[in-house]
Amino acid sequence: MPRIGVFVCWCGSNIGGVIDCPKLAADAGELPGVVLSTEYKYMCSEPGQNSIIQAIRDHRLDRVVVASCSPRLHEETFRKTLARAGLNPYLFEMANIREHCTWVHNKEPEKAQVKSLALVSRAVAKANLLEPLFPSSIPMTKRCLVIGGGIAGIQAALDVADAGHEVILVEKEPTIGGNMVKLDKTFPTLDCSACISTPKMVSVSTHPNITLYTYSEVAGVDGYIGNFEVTIRRKASYVDHSECTGCGDCQTKCPTKVPSEFNLGLSTRKAIYIPFPQAVPNKPVIDAANCRYFTTGKCKVCQKICTTEAIDYEQQDTVITEKVGAIVVATGYQLFDWAAAYGEYGYGRYPDVVTGMHFERLVNAAGPTGGKIQRPSDQSEPKTVVFIKCVGSRDPAKGKEYCSRACCMYTAKHAHQVLEKIPGANVYIFYIDVRTPGKGYEEFYQRTISDGAVYVRGRVSKIYQMGDKLVVRGSDTLLGRPVEVEADMVVLASAMVSSSGIQDVARMVSVQVDKDGWLQEAHPKLRPVETHTGGVFVAGSCQGPKDIPDTVAQASAAAAKVCGLLSREELATDPMISTVNQAICTGCGLCVPACPYQAVELKTITERIPGHAPRERTVADVNSGLCQGCGACNVACRPGAMQVKGFTNDELVAEVDAICL
Amino acid sequence: MKYAYYPGCSLHATAREYDQSTREVCSALGIELIEIPDWSCCGATSAHSTSHLLSVALPARNLTLAGKMGLDIAVPCAACYQRLRYAQIELDQNEGVREKVAAVTGTVYENKADVKSLLEVVASLDPEYLKSKIVRPLDGLKAVCYYGCLLVRPPRVTGFDDPEDPQTMDNLMRACGAEALDWGYKTECCGASMGISNEAITLKLVRDILQVAEKAGADCLVAACPLCQSNLDSRQTHINRAFGTGFKMPVLYFTQLIGLALGIEPARLGLKSHFVATAGIVKFAT
Repeated sequence: MPRIGVFVCWCGSNIGGVIDCPKLAADAGELPGVVLSTEYKYMCSEPGQNSIIQAIRDHRLDRVVVASCSPRLHEETFRKTLARAGLNPYLFEMANIREHCTWVHNKEPEKAQVKSLALVSRAVAKANLLEPLFPSSIPMTKRCLVIGGGIAGIQAALDVADAGHEVILVEKEPTIGGNMVKLDKTFPTLDCSACISTPKMVSVSTHPNITLYTYSEVAGVDGYIGNFEVTIRRKASYVDHSECTGCGDCQTKCPTKVPSEFNLGLSTRKAIYIPFPQAVPNKPVIDAANCRYFTTGKCKVCQKICTTEAIDYEQQDTVITEKVGAIVVATGYQLFDWAAAYGEYGYGRYPDVVTGMHFERLVNAAGPTGGKIQRPSDQSEPKTVVFIKCVGSRDPAKGKEYCSRACCMYTAKHAHQVLEKIPGANVYIFYIDVRTPGKGYEEFYQRTISDGAVYVRGRVSKIYQMGDKLVVRGSDTLLGRPVEVEADMVVLASAMVSSSGIQDVARMVSVQVDKDGWLQEAHPKLRPVETHTGGVFVAGSCQGPKDIPDTVAQASAAAAKVCGLLSREELATDPMISTVNQAICTGCGLCVPACPYQAVELKTITERIPGHAPRERTVADVNSGLCQGCGACNVACRPGAMQVKGFTNDELVAEVDAICL
Repeated sequence: MKYAYYPGCSLHATAREYDQSTREVCSALGIELIEIPDWSCCGATSAHSTSHLLSVALPARNLTLAGKMGLDIAVPCAACYQRLRYAQIELDQNEGVREKVAAVTGTVYENKADVKSLLEVVASLDPEYLKSKIVRPLDGLKAVCYYGCLLVRPPRVTGFDDPEDPQTMDNLMRACGAEALDWGYKTECCGASMGISNEAITLKLVRDILQVAEKAGADCLVAACPLCQSNLDSRQTHINRAFGTGFKMPVLYFTQLIGLALGIEPARLGLKSHFVATAGIVKFAT
């Protein structure tokens, strides 16, 4: 028979001011199994905890119930108290008579008294059935996978690598750098984006702890925290990068021109190409879909010209596997496809209606125009430029409900750049609100206004081409009247949306995607870089729209979490996870799809029953590294073979009986 | 192909040439139109701006009459089309309205007849069939198609074409050999019945439409609504006087241009009853 001690906490007047704690303790003393029931002003305080330890010793208690606040607040505290007294910390149960009772029923103390006793009875009923639980340990592979080589992935990889751990960085494009390296200057300090990001790209490629796989994609993730096995598909580049010197002769001679992805179609590249001069790695790949040799069977100019014989048309995709202990997802964002949604802006028919990213390339000294702001239609210098904010953002009818966060600032920067580079230019900015929460941001916005940018509060309802002008019609909601601007160029601040492959990546690493397509962090405030899957972290704009400072901060935060994890030799696992009673498991397999963490699988066991030949049977098996103790399998299990330790069926039924019977 | 034909009041009065050309073109293309017997007002402006019930009850009556014929309805006028569609959606979704309408009209509405704009009906023909019927293609004619505000909007009511860049009429014009120019005022408002209560607004709106059409290099405007056509055509002299402009932009119904391309005599298409002479356009039909 268990020997249960009940400790009622007054929590000052939080509980003691509403109910009669001595009476509650006396009533609880009558419950089955209770050998000691007492009360104290603050159970969580040093003397309170010591009194529990003393009572455990004096009364040979083997179960402890504390009736106080929420287990979220002090369950860990009291478990440690039990451990200090030499008791298994899981022989502890808490009754929440503060949040669940005295706080909400402080106007009806009699009823609160009755409810408190019911809650304590529940805890005592469960305590009678508690079993000691023991955490197990799993080994730790001290390597980290980073998915995505934009600034978030670069920063996370460098931080983890600098801490002395091995990092595998996987990027699907032929170069790392992501969106940031395409930008011209960065707000609010106007430092050159390439100048601050390309050195980091080089650091990645030269870091002894980083293995870089560009032009590669993660094809599968198996395993669990500390022990992931990752399959990576390396796309055939048809260039042997170990032989290639990156001289660039092949791309000079290649006869096929296609629109450059890096310049968003504002210039062309060759079929064998290095995306941009500072690319990392600075070696070309062949775009087989456009290569003359691959499409017609004739050409091979690049092979003929290559002095190191690096061109290999026979190259195939290769698949490699890597073992890692932690994963950082940093897959970034792309721009909302405004042309498909905004007919009133011409469905992308007008060449001089461009996105902010196009503008970045147009104003970039290394861009297709050498930094001269020119209209894509006729290469003339625009005199009147209209900027439209929130295209696809804050527009649930056509795009996304959320704010993309960076557009107010980059539009202010673009306006500043137009006014700086084009003397006498007119700049109009249509906006809903101007949001500038950041260090130096509001000051930058005010400076843009004093530069001469005209901010018009209202949305644009229509853009149409009239001769070589674009007529932009909108409303000025402060003046309450329609306005029309004849513009030479229109720049749309189109919304940030998550990268196209995010669903696949999310599925592979078992991370939820939220309603807007972003990866779901474990807690929006207190666990911003963790996910609900152990060992998987998020960094940068795959978790939500972000500007560069926030992205880098989050990437470093994710790296710190990874380093914390990788610093351990092995991991203690929460013992409150599912377990299978294989003797009664029928092997029906309903628990397998019920598990959101892919922690349950079926396996075949051999049963030996005395007097019978050994026979094989299929049963469920729980991977303790993956199981998060959610209990979904428990609900799905018909014979009751699946049980969550610390929340067994018997325990739950006893609790319900204690309150309801 | 057989439709219940709902001409609406305009086509029996100010827009006779739309009625005439519609009947000519449909008969030439094998679309049989049977005018709904005893049709009444569609519930447009005067009804729907004063009584919601009246604005549903009037079209409900016409919908019921067409339903009895067992035919879908072809509606040439954009306002009539809009009213009938609105009423149909309202009646289908709202039982309370159905009951009220039954009480005032004395007949129970049943959703039997699908409402289609005449533009939609003509455009539903096989394009190859239409082309095979063209005997006098409108080669060299530069037209801007004007849909106005009601024909393709709001999309949940109309739904047969893109609300921002409709193409139905453009494609028909192309099939007739004309060049349909891209322009920005396809779906702007012509001022509609404001022409009666506040003419200054209508004059400005029409002026803008004509101006953008002229800048686009159009030889003529193509309309699919009697009120749009009337505003755009009849007010040009007044606009020229008020704004010092010199517009002489012919405004034709799409049925008139298709009729020309089909080789129908201009007189039978009502091309003589326009304010701005259409003779220059007739010449394109060769």
